[in-house]
Amino acid sequence: MHDASSDTGPAFAGPGDASAASAQDHSLPISVKSLVKSYGAFRALDDVSIDIRSGEFMTLLGPSGSGKTTLLMVLAGFVRPDSGSVTFGDKEILLLPPHKRDIGMVFQNYALFPHMTVAENLAYPLKLRRVGKAEIRERVERALDLVQLGGLGHRDIQELSGGQRQRVALARAIIFEPRILLMDEPLSALDKNLREQMQFEVRRLHEQLGITTVYVTHDQREALTMSDRIAVINDGRIQQVDGPRALYEKPETYFVANFIGETFSLPVEVAGDSVTLFGQPIETGAPLAHGDKNQSLILRPEILHMFEGDPDPGMNRLSGKVRQHVFQGDSVVTYVTVEGERELAVRRQHRSDETELAPGSDIQLGWLVQDTVILPEGDGSS
Amino acid sequence: MLRKAATATQITHLQRLWLYVVCALVIVFLVAPTLLVVPMSFSDSRYLQFPPESWSLRWYEAYLGSLEWRRATVVSLQVAGLTMVVATITGTLAAYGLHVSRVKAGKYVSVLLTLPMIIPVILLAVGIFLTFAPVGLNSTILGLVLAHSILAIPLVLITVTAGMRNFDINQEMVARSMGASRPWAFLTVTLPQIRNSVLSAALLAFIISLDEVVIALLIAGGDKATLTRRMFLALRDEIDPTIAAISTLLIGLSILLLALSQFLQSKRD
Repeated sequence: MHDASSDTGPAFAGPGDASAASAQDHSLPISVKSLVKSYGAFRALDDVSIDIRSGEFMTLLGPSGSGKTTLLMVLAGFVRPDSGSVTFGDKEILLLPPHKRDIGMVFQNYALFPHMTVAENLAYPLKLRRVGKAEIRERVERALDLVQLGGLGHRDIQELSGGQRQRVALARAIIFEPRILLMDEPLSALDKNLREQMQFEVRRLHEQLGITTVYVTHDQREALTMSDRIAVINDGRIQQVDGPRALYEKPETYFVANFIGETFSLPVEVAGDSVTLFGQPIETGAPLAHGDKNQSLILRPEILHMFEGDPDPGMNRLSGKVRQHVFQGDSVVTYVTVEGERELAVRRQHRSDETELAPGSDIQLGWLVQDTVILPEGDGSS
Repeated sequence: MLRKAATATQITHLQRLWLYVVCALVIVFLVAPTLLVVPMSFSDSRYLQFPPESWSLRWYEAYLGSLEWRRATVVSLQVAGLTMVVATITGTLAAYGLHVSRVKAGKYVSVLLTLPMIIPVILLAVGIFLTFAPVGLNSTILGLVLAHSILAIPLVLITVTAGMRNFDINQEMVARSMGASRPWAFLTVTLPQIRNSVLSAALLAFIISLDEVVIALLIAGGDKATLTRRMFLALRDEIDPTIAAISTLLIGLSILLLALSQFLQSKRD
């Protein structure tokens, strides 16, 4: 079993930023223990426990109805769980109303106040804290600069574009220096280009402020790009909490393997430490996590390599027939039939000097022993 | 005006003339009886007469000169004003609660609250009279205000609920996360955005109370008689054009308030 706490860090903008270090003292760790929340017979949260470090960017990733938003709403104080405990720092906050929790929130639909200008929106939390007029003006200016909206304070919300509204929502959530920032699919209403740009901005802002951030999304790419760690949630349960790279390369449950990335699975038989795939033994890099007899081999298009002869040493192999090539610009996906029926995909970088094997050719597929992932099907909570 | 069909299937205004005539007749039928009192109120005759033979303002003078009529007017305005306050506050709170509530029973509560709109008012009036009698609320301003609020709350509820439909409740959640208590978040974020609906509902509540007669007939006795009650009783005793003058004033006020209410609703954001 690999180290479950391995933290591969964010995909860009490395840690150790000087300004983040000082801000981190201000933010708080979150500890969630044994949360249960039922709506009638439906268990939205089924014994959820998770520890979020101070200053960490934690993403809750899962399909709709998985419980990720319910968990966020429990943290915010808008949903009261049936049982469990939530601490910010060493303070139990489950019984605190939302307005006493000192959290910043960003919603998918921005939730800006349309009857106020941009500056009035930003001043709202400061006025509640009885900050003086001059200081409010100064902090609003600074917050607007931080999200690159300097000089737009007098604008009406209706005059702003979608991306600008999201920036205002973000600025409003951090202007009062909350200890924790909660975001509920904040970028899903934006178009693709803008979304990618905002992902970078949110991440940059997080680096700059070092605030503990809990980010909810159903978009795996967004989660992989932005997070320090990701908690994958399904059916009200946490499936796995890990860094993006560990989550992708070493999924611990069948659900995680299939939810993240493109996945193909083949049935394997397990007996002790030996694994057979279609009657052929295959190697595993590490001892298996589960002892079940019938499990699945998880293969991704980019870990597979095609050989006309034997695969390189140190690789597991599987023979198949080329069915079709699909040109995708930067890459070429080759669909390969194995064992007559089953189909796998192999992704390669596109190279103009390579010739493609004719459909129907016999080939060998190989993948590194260390990339071999074997998991039992089912909910994988064992 | 389109006289000639541009295509084979287009219908010209001329071909639809019969439809316009029918519509005009319906409108006349609906409005004429109400407007009949206006010319009658300016009549010089001692009797209600249409069309009047000569014109004067004497019945308006009679109304303003009568202590009884003035007293009834004051009662009516007091009751309408207080009903407006009571019904608007309770109705708005109910609309808000039902809007944000995730309780399934909310639907039934909503129906229950609109029930006074479909129950015959005379039944409601009898019920209220019998309920008020042992606690001494008959012939009091408070009793009238409570009774009229029963009638006005459903309209406030419907009007404000319609206004809330466009409001994004996430805004209130954001306000609360930023440190606003729930009532403060409602007052500073929600209320300003449903303001027009609430004001429009308040005007409706005022009109309902001002024009109400059945309940007033049963429970508004003595010096707490409302204008409408006194008018009704006056009609029974003698046919006096003063009634026409008062009616004209009431119609004018109601139309004004209703127009204002509609205007506010159309400006809803």
